[in-house]
Amino acid sequence: MTSTDTAKLKRMFDAIAAAIDADKDRLCRLDGVIGDADHGIAMALGFGAVRDALDQIDASTEPTALLNTAAKSFLNAVGASSGPLYATAFMRGAAAVKGKAILEDADVIAMFRAMAQGIQDRGKAELGEKTMVDAWLPAAQAAGVAQQAGKSLSESLDAALAAAESGAEATKDMIATKGRSSRLGERSIGHLDPGAASAVTIIRAMRNSLA
Amino acid sequence: MQTKKIINDGNRSVDEMLEGILAAHPHHLRSAEGSPRSIIARDGPRPGKVGLVIGGGSGHEPTFLGFVGKGLADAAAIGNVFASPPPDPILECAKAASGGAGVLFMYGNYAGDVMNFDMAAEMAAMDDIEVRTVLTTDDVASAPRDQRQKRRGVAGNFFIFKAAGAACDRMLSFDECERIARKANDHTFTMGVALSPCSLPQTRRPNFEIGPDEMEIGMGIHGEPGIARGKLKTADEITDEMLEKILDEMAPARGDKVAVLVNSLGSTPLMELYIMNRRIKQRLDDIGVSVHATWVGNYCTSLEMAGASVTLMHLDGELQEMLDHPCDCAMFRAG
Repeated sequence: MTSTDTAKLKRMFDAIAAAIDADKDRLCRLDGVIGDADHGIAMALGFGAVRDALDQIDASTEPTALLNTAAKSFLNAVGASSGPLYATAFMRGAAAVKGKAILEDADVIAMFRAMAQGIQDRGKAELGEKTMVDAWLPAAQAAGVAQQAGKSLSESLDAALAAAESGAEATKDMIATKGRSSRLGERSIGHLDPGAASAVTIIRAMRNSLA
Repeated sequence: MQTKKIINDGNRSVDEMLEGILAAHPHHLRSAEGSPRSIIARDGPRPGKVGLVIGGGSGHEPTFLGFVGKGLADAAAIGNVFASPPPDPILECAKAASGGAGVLFMYGNYAGDVMNFDMAAEMAAMDDIEVRTVLTTDDVASAPRDQRQKRRGVAGNFFIFKAAGAACDRMLSFDECERIARKANDHTFTMGVALSPCSLPQTRRPNFEIGPDEMEIGMGIHGEPGIARGKLKTADEITDEMLEKILDEMAPARGDKVAVLVNSLGSTPLMELYIMNRRIKQRLDDIGVSVHATWVGNYCTSLEMAGASVTLMHLDGELQEMLDHPCDCAMFRAG
């Protein structure tokens, strides 16, 4: 059993910001193939703003307030489509752990699943439409199943990452039907969805920093 | 290799551009207090008038902020390059544009814009500002005819915003302004062609690849791939191909009137636009359609992309009146 507090969540966002920054050019290139080549920029801008905003908050801040701060700073830095999607994810994550100063393993998984649900609710994408949902939903399901089976947080997040990776990989064979690349139709086949690719990077950074 | 641009810091380009625009047009534009990405018309918003808020990503100048002014839009929310603005600056625009008679949100149909403007509309409702949304969907290349609601909004924005802005300026009711805005969108059809890519200030890398002798018909204003790529043809052949699709959907009768917009995507010069317009006029003459008004130039760009778009608006008496209605914006005047 591990426990997650505000300091650890801050480290999680630092880890996400660093991972996205390192991945920025690859994400832009992926987006250049089927979109407008700015996904890496938007994500790096957003998580950079989150890191700066969280630097200002003190250790007594509750996880819910921290996540809401992350949501607001991400949204206002980015706009675009990733802004509302990830802002909603963090707000739903915040609501899922409301009133808790320390998160138990089950709370972390509940937060993780709420984030994925928030992304789906805001973007209204279903599985198989070649979006970040194709990484986030399988990851949330796998994490939930592992948690139910009594696995540790580390094992549950490992399962989430593996599911996210295969979900993202599967977007190569999909025809985009949501978002900007949907205008491509069949020409989108064969290309990894950049939103699903960045989701994997985020989930990996979460696994590495929380487990 | 990085593309050449006259910039200081790619991450500051939008804000530095806005500083330059406010310096150039102090009598037309101001930014909202505490919200530099909310550009407001000095003359325009007034009690009892339906407010018109437009907006979207930067990089399309003079769209969107160039069309803020008396007789057209009351405010524009400015996003990062090719990215929707977040809800906060949109909300500030709604507050500044509100005259108590409702506020229209009008912008191109893109997933990111829809999410951010919808969140802003929910926030405005909490401030007792009623918002209605009319999405522009004029790009005929972006989805089949039976899926008009999926199409994206491109250069035809200019005609659609102009008509809606005129309705608002004439102090028509909220219902009437919304009806005219929807009708303007339904009557407007655009086709684009791209010859070479643009590059974002932050990446300075071409945002798509295209051969030196190729063109792409139907490409979007953010470099979204179009419907067909092929060898570069002559101006007449390209114009014919674009017009064929537009006229097929518009289905004008002999004697009908249209307004024409020949728009540069950024680096294509006026010379080439006018060569295209020559052909447009010939073809419209051939089918007995008369041109009420023509605009040629940079109206909805995609940074330095080479290419052009052709927009026709199918006019009736009402839409013609709205286009003729005077307006006075920082980058566009009529009447």
